[in-house]
Amino acid sequence: MSRWRWLAALAAAVASTLASAAGFDYQLQPRKVADGVYALIGKTENFSRENGGNIVNTGFIIGRDGVIVIDSGPSKAYGEQQRAAIARVTDKPIVQLLLTHAHPDHVFGNQAYPGIPIASLPATAVTLTQSGDALLGNLYRLVGDAMRDTEVRLPNAAAADGAFSMAGRKLRLMAARGHTDGDLMVFDEASRTLFAGDLVFFERTPTTPNADLPHWLSTLDSLDSLDFAVLVPGHGPVLHDHAGIAQTRDYLRWLRDGLQGAARRGLDMPEVLQLPVPERFQQLAVLKTEYERSVTHLYPAYELDTLPTIPRSKPK
Amino acid sequence: MSKLPLIVVLSISLPVFAAELPADPLNSPAWSTIAGRYFKGQPVVFDARVKVTAPASAEDPLDVPVQISAEGLADVQEMLVVADLNPIQKILSYEPLHAAPSLAFRFKVEQSTPIRAAARTRDGVWHLGGVWLSAAGGGCTTPSYGSADPVWQTRLNEVRGRLWPADGRGTQRLRLRVIHPMDTGLANGIPAFYIDRIVLSDAKGLTLARLNTFEPISENPVLSFDLNGSGAVRVVGGDIQGNQFSAEITP
Repeated sequence: MSRWRWLAALAAAVASTLASAAGFDYQLQPRKVADGVYALIGKTENFSRENGGNIVNTGFIIGRDGVIVIDSGPSKAYGEQQRAAIARVTDKPIVQLLLTHAHPDHVFGNQAYPGIPIASLPATAVTLTQSGDALLGNLYRLVGDAMRDTEVRLPNAAAADGAFSMAGRKLRLMAARGHTDGDLMVFDEASRTLFAGDLVFFERTPTTPNADLPHWLSTLDSLDSLDFAVLVPGHGPVLHDHAGIAQTRDYLRWLRDGLQGAARRGLDMPEVLQLPVPERFQQLAVLKTEYERSVTHLYPAYELDTLPTIPRSKPK
Repeated sequence: MSKLPLIVVLSISLPVFAAELPADPLNSPAWSTIAGRYFKGQPVVFDARVKVTAPASAEDPLDVPVQISAEGLADVQEMLVVADLNPIQKILSYEPLHAAPSLAFRFKVEQSTPIRAAARTRDGVWHLGGVWLSAAGGGCTTPSYGSADPVWQTRLNEVRGRLWPADGRGTQRLRLRVIHPMDTGLANGIPAFYIDRIVLSDAKGLTLARLNTFEPISENPVLSFDLNGSGAVRVVGGDIQGNQFSAEITP
C-alpha cells in the first residue's frame, strides 16, 4: 500500500470513529396522525445494535400553550432526538411527559427531559424503582452503543385515571393493566386519538414479560366501546379502526388457550415451544422469538394449575 | 449444521476413543475439557438420535427449559447433561431403568453455552447430541428467591405432581414440582443446598428410574419423566443436607 493510500485509509477510519462518537442517529420523523397529534413510529423488530432500540412508537400532542410527550423511548439519545424532532414541528415548550408503562423501550429517554414533570401510574414508578437498573443493563447488552450515557430517571409525578387538562388540551387518562401491572392510555378528546401503549400491538407479536392475560383481555374488551378516530399502538402501524385491538385479543386468547391446553395434556415447556402457531399469526413480526419468550413467562403458572399438591408421607 | 449428518454417519460406524476425539459439531471451546472430564477413556460418538430441545435464547437465565431425548437408541443405561461453559457444568445424570430415555427439566445458565446430552448404551459407547443456548447470564450466581424468603422453609420438599396415562405413547408421563431453593453455592454468602437424588418406583417396588441432580437445576425443580408401565409411582428424593421427601402419585 502506498503512503497516500495508507493515509487515506487512516483518515477514513478516524472519520468513522468521529461519526460514531457523535452518537446513534435514530432518524426520527414525526408523523401527523391528527390535528396537533404526532407519532414517532419505530421498527417492528427486536432490540438490536442496528435499530438502537427504536422498536417503539412514541408521540406528542401540541396544546395551546405547550407540548405533551407520550413515552420517551429507549435511550438518552432517543429522548434528545425526540425533543429535536418535536422542535422541528413546533416551537411551543414541552410541558409534560407521560409514561405509558415501565418497559425499557418506553422510558429510558427520560433523561432528555430535565425539569419537566414526568408522570406515570404508581405501579410504573414502583417497577422502575425496583427493576430500572436491571432493565437498563439488559438494554445496554442488547442495544450497545446507542445506549451511551443512559441512566434511569424515575417519574416524578403520579398520573391517575380521569380527565387531564394540560396546555389547553383536554385529555383523558385511562388507567388499566394487563400488559404490565400499570398501563396508562392517553386519549385526546379533540382529535379522538388513543395512545394505547402496549395494550395494543399491530402486525407485531405482543410481548408478555409482565403480562396478566385475563386482565389484558378484559382491558381490550373495555376498548371496544371507545369511540376513537386514530389509535397509536405501542408497536406497529397507526390504525383508524379496531383491527389492532382485535388482532391483539386474538393472539392473546390463542396463547392463553394453547398454554392452558398444553398444560392439561401434560406437556413440558420444551414441547410447548415446538407447538405450531396458526397461519393467521404468521405475518406478525418477530413471532417465533416472542412466542418462545411468552412460553417462558406464562407457562409455569398454567402447568402449576395442573399439578396438585401431594400429601406428605414418611420415606420408607 | 449441514455437515452434521456426515459426521454422524462416520461416527456411528467408527466409535472414537478419547485419545482421538471426534470434532465437536458445536465448536465449543470447552469440548476437550468436557471430554476429558466426563468421557475419559470411553468411546464417544456424536449421534443425531440424541436430541436436546431448548429455546435458542434464555429468556430467564434462572429457568431455561430443556428436554433431552435418545428415542431410537436401544439400551440406554445412563444419560448425562452438561453445559460446557457453566461454572458448574454437570446438570444431571439419569438412569431410565424402566423408562424412555427422555427427560425434561429447567436449569440456571451463567452465560451462552452448549448444552449437551450424552446417552451411554450397553456397549459402553457415549452418544452425544446438543445445542447452543444464547444467554445474558448470571443465573448461577444469582441468589435463589427462596434464600431471601423464609416461607420456603416450611414448604421445603413439598411435592406437586401428576400422572398422565400412556394414551398410545407406550409410556405414562410423570410431572413433578418440588419446593427447594437449589442454591448453587456461587451466590455470595449462600452455601450450596440442592436436591441431589430422586428415585421413582412402581407399586411393586420396582425401580423405574434414578435421577441425580446438581446445582444448576432451577429452584423449585419441575421435571417430566416418561415411564414404562402404568399405575401409581412412588417418588423418593433427598438433598445434600439429608432432608428427604417422598410422595405417592396416583393416576
